[in-house]
Amino acid sequence: MVAADSEGRNASRVRQLVHWCVLPFRVLLVLTSHRGIQMYESDGSVMVYWHALDAGDASLVQAVFARGIAASGHFICVGMWSGRVLVFDIPAKGPNIVLSEELAGHQTPITDIATEPAQGQDCVADMVTADDSGLLCVWQSGPEFKLLTRIPGFGVPCPSVQLWQGTIAAGYGNGQVRLYEASTGTLHVQIDAHARAICALDLAPEVGKLLSAAEDTFVHIWQLSRSPEGGYIEAAPLL
Amino acid sequence: MSVRTLPLLFLNLGGEMLYILDQRLRAQNIPGDKARKVLNDIISTMFNRKFMEELFKPQELYSKKALRTVYDRLAHASIMRLNQASMDKLYDLMTMAFKYQVLLCPRPKDVLLVTFNHLDAIKGFIQDSPTILHQVDETFQQLTEIYGGLSAGEFQLIRQTLLIFFQDLHIRVSIFLKDKVQNSNGRFVLPVSGPLPWGTKVPGLVRTFNNKGEEVRKVEFKHGGSYVAAPKEGSFELYGDRVLKLGTNMYSVNRPVETHMSGASENLAAQTQESIAPNPLAKEELNLLARLIGGMEIKKPSGPEPGFRLNLFTTDEEEEQAALTRPEELFYEVINIQATQDQQTNEELARIMGEFEILDQPRRSASKGDDLLAMMDEL
Repeated sequence: MVAADSEGRNASRVRQLVHWCVLPFRVLLVLTSHRGIQMYESDGSVMVYWHALDAGDASLVQAVFARGIAASGHFICVGMWSGRVLVFDIPAKGPNIVLSEELAGHQTPITDIATEPAQGQDCVADMVTADDSGLLCVWQSGPEFKLLTRIPGFGVPCPSVQLWQGTIAAGYGNGQVRLYEASTGTLHVQIDAHARAICALDLAPEVGKLLSAAEDTFVHIWQLSRSPEGGYIEAAPLL
Repeated sequence: MSVRTLPLLFLNLGGEMLYILDQRLRAQNIPGDKARKVLNDIISTMFNRKFMEELFKPQELYSKKALRTVYDRLAHASIMRLNQASMDKLYDLMTMAFKYQVLLCPRPKDVLLVTFNHLDAIKGFIQDSPTILHQVDETFQQLTEIYGGLSAGEFQLIRQTLLIFFQDLHIRVSIFLKDKVQNSNGRFVLPVSGPLPWGTKVPGLVRTFNNKGEEVRKVEFKHGGSYVAAPKEGSFELYGDRVLKLGTNMYSVNRPVETHMSGASENLAAQTQESIAPNPLAKEELNLLARLIGGMEIKKPSGPEPGFRLNLFTTDEEEEQAALTRPEELFYEVINIQATQDQQTNEELARIMGEFEILDQPRRSASKGDDLLAMMDEL
């Protein structure tokens, strides 16, 4: 497997994230740290791309890092401490990876990115990005990504976000889980789910089950479904 | 990781150190005036303006080695002496206590309230010394200036930076074991009851809204814990009710400080690896450390005030025994730096380097700094 952190152990050299990016013709392993973004072939044999983080604009007091990785079509998106989202265009094979765009929608560090294939005419949104202020941005991917909606935060970070059938599931630092309609940004479900900050959300797409894990030591599972009256998303506690 | 973490780490660990020293000074019946002098000297060294200036600069956390060295110096800032075993125990207690406090902070921002609790108590120790009181108040001001405006996200990053620093530390502390806040494997118990963080609602409610934004359903569910809403927010002012109890003095004459030395954890391999792998930042760190310690105005014990030795254990025999039986994985490596005054720092270091003898294997290294580091690792 890929070499362990060869820079020596030190509190500052922390691997922030690792993510398998499943693209139409290949799978890449993407790693982020405070130094940069690395992309490897799926067997870890070859590093195909390295993007050094540019601390240029960072003031002395800002931590510089990349956080939030997701694949959308043949793009890989990585979030930055500055709030920018880097969009990399990935060829079907080989190392000819290009930074195609830098999305500007956030002013505070990105926390998480979620993607899913677009659901159809009514919902072209296929990516949502979240940040430390709790702001969510909803995007449509393409040669040029388009910002569709912004869902404002309310003073707490949004550490984790998921996208499923046109619904955004967001977990917040105050223990709340909220479900929004991606195309309009409308809030449909608000759950006082946890007593501490939510660490992570995960979703089982085939059965519509959402899992939330938080620092209060609890894990909850929610069943998502569509309301028979309005067609909007609903959630019921399962565990 | 956050570059704003060091002041919080330093002040809170320092606060815990003072609680423990205060308790041991009383338990050992050290005369009141000597005890007060020790605490005054340490506190005034901690809050020295030059020292604080250096501390508050945005920077990465020091390594565990470097930080331990700072506290070694601090503990010896007065007429009190500590043997290695007692210093080790003191440091164990300090670090586990603050780790506990960070872990249990309801909100990431509450680590600031913990810091204020420590500072409030420190002011209690030096009530009769207006100069030192003023220094502490100035530090309060600085903390408020720097941390008062940070967002919840930035505090979350600070929290993560602190927890990474304390990762794999599982030393068992008697007072924690007795109170059942720590398990026998050294892990802390995270309570699932009690007051919620300020700004968090009691878990157990699902609200559904229709396309027009009207609430159409409210469903309650059983959460599993038993929480109550926080009564009020702790005060971040110079004076005020902090509400949070974390960071207040948990020791008293009746609750002696003890540790169990079986702190062995499964991650021993990870721990030993830390000291072996060369750290390219270490040279930079040594310079910082030298400047920091250079900023400490350590008073030399002299004149009519004879020094005394403080024992963190109940008897001298226990202290000796602890030194002999300390598990290897818990050895603290301390960097010995003779730097005393700021201006003399570089000269001192150069003098020390000059005094080292050439080793058997000639080292190929880029600069003198690397030589110094390599030699220190072998000490």
